[in-house]
Amino acid sequence: MTTASLRSVFPGPGGFDPRVLRREFPIFANNPKLVFLDSGASAQKPRAVIDRIAEYYRTDYANVHRGIYRLSARSTELYEEAREKVRRFLNAADPREIVFVRNTTEAINLVAQSWGPAFLKEGDEVLISVLEHHSNIVPWQLLRDRIGVRLVVAPIDATGGLDLAAFEAQLSPRTRLVAITHVANATGAVVPVETIVRLAHAKGAQVLIDGSQAAPRLPVDVRALGCDFYAFTGHKAYGPTGIGVLYGRYELLTEMPPWQGGGEMILHVSFDKTEYQDPPHRFEAGTPNIAGAIGLGAAIDFIEELGREGILEHEEALTDYGVDRLSRIPGVKLLDAGQRRLGILSLDMEGVHPHDVAQVLDQHHVAVRAGDHCAQPLMEWFGLSGTTRASLGVYNDERDIDRLVAAVGAAREMFAR
Amino acid sequence: MMDLRELYQDIILDHGRHPRNFRTIEHPTHFAQGHNPLCGDRVTVYLTLDGDRIADVSFQGRGCAISTAAASLMTEVLKGKTVAEARTLFGQFHARVTGGEPAEELSEPLAEEMDRLQPLTGVKAYPARVKCATLSWHALEAALKGGAGMTVKTE
Repeated sequence: MTTASLRSVFPGPGGFDPRVLRREFPIFANNPKLVFLDSGASAQKPRAVIDRIAEYYRTDYANVHRGIYRLSARSTELYEEAREKVRRFLNAADPREIVFVRNTTEAINLVAQSWGPAFLKEGDEVLISVLEHHSNIVPWQLLRDRIGVRLVVAPIDATGGLDLAAFEAQLSPRTRLVAITHVANATGAVVPVETIVRLAHAKGAQVLIDGSQAAPRLPVDVRALGCDFYAFTGHKAYGPTGIGVLYGRYELLTEMPPWQGGGEMILHVSFDKTEYQDPPHRFEAGTPNIAGAIGLGAAIDFIEELGREGILEHEEALTDYGVDRLSRIPGVKLLDAGQRRLGILSLDMEGVHPHDVAQVLDQHHVAVRAGDHCAQPLMEWFGLSGTTRASLGVYNDERDIDRLVAAVGAAREMFAR
Repeated sequence: MMDLRELYQDIILDHGRHPRNFRTIEHPTHFAQGHNPLCGDRVTVYLTLDGDRIADVSFQGRGCAISTAAASLMTEVLKGKTVAEARTLFGQFHARVTGGEPAEELSEPLAEEMDRLQPLTGVKAYPARVKCATLSWHALEAALKGGAGMTVKTE
């Protein structure tokens, strides 16, 4: 890709033109009418990622590690190169702090199942928030059922943002882990994770951040944040499905027991005793998703070529534009997202079911998500069964929002009483 | 693509906005809940059977325009029918909304009732919405089978 040319022609707020950039995403050439506003569920893939995966299978494929022959060594090198790219992407100190997993869900389950029983005991508290996706709720409930930890839930305030005062009051000496989203998937609310980490660490609690929606949208620096774990998934960050990342501070990872047993994760196996690998391989039992990791590396190259500050500016400008336009539609309410909203516009059309809204939007070739967004407790908080959610990516521009607004208007016309 | 008005015909929009028999029955002989976890829709179907005949039928719940209209129209056609007739109608309706061939010819009065349900068959062009049209019928089936307090899930 030639970012220089993308940056020079009609630059948008992020320093690139989404219209020109769209040519890098074959899905749009194959679906010319598509207005894709579902990147929060999964982003479309740039040619660079698609081609990289195909090229890897064509020219460099073999299983990693263990292989003596050159092809396997090359494949291993590419896989570990992808790990280094992720390290840079998160500004982690050491590539050994990057564990490849399937997705954010698996990353959180890994922490809950490995770190949880090793470090927590009955009565210890895990503090989450109302904003969480089910994947940052259910793993902790499973842990609760297994070892008797308490699950404490921080509320949101009237503006839809995390209630920091309540959160601070809920932090107790019993709080051992704060597991919280960086950007709420159902509303786009940005959580002030820097403050969260500071407050939690002051009480001696560790912090896990769910970066699924944040990683593709804003620069993430785990060392500046000081968090203990950071999880994100590749497919929302313009990478392939089936690959995700758990960042963990190295000292923590070394103290954690394996969570799945098998090949790759061992040093020595006998029937009496098995010695485990050091992190990250300790947590990567079995043949990993090699092509997925390499594809994610290509996605990171793509994101960094565009510039993460630029992507953030683009997402912010487009989010503001969307808020402005959507809030002008009578009978339509945007879900509150606190002081700062990023990349996600979740709306409720009074008296109309989100699936009916989404059906009309689809007729207008506007692809959005409708339902509870795997955040049923948050929906309940708002007193809704679900919403219609538009989520943004680098290829979206104001015209996409205008098409969304027109389609929402048409839905309202059809269903409003 | 099909015109969306084939899916959302006036009769569906009308029943979606103003559902009929949208109430509970105080002491039903049969009732069951239908739940579609995929969209969060919930419907409870209440029945009062007088022998083999449906003396009263109603529903409560929340759902999209299609599931609400489907439940509303269902209660309208079922009132006064026998349990066997209700099951025949469900069989026919299910076949029509899934694009299959109805198993048997309907007798004249049942055929007329089936015509009333015809507007719902637009869902067959939208596979994701077929469950919306059948949720209340599945709840009905569960109520008839289980008597009281069953929950049936569709997704």
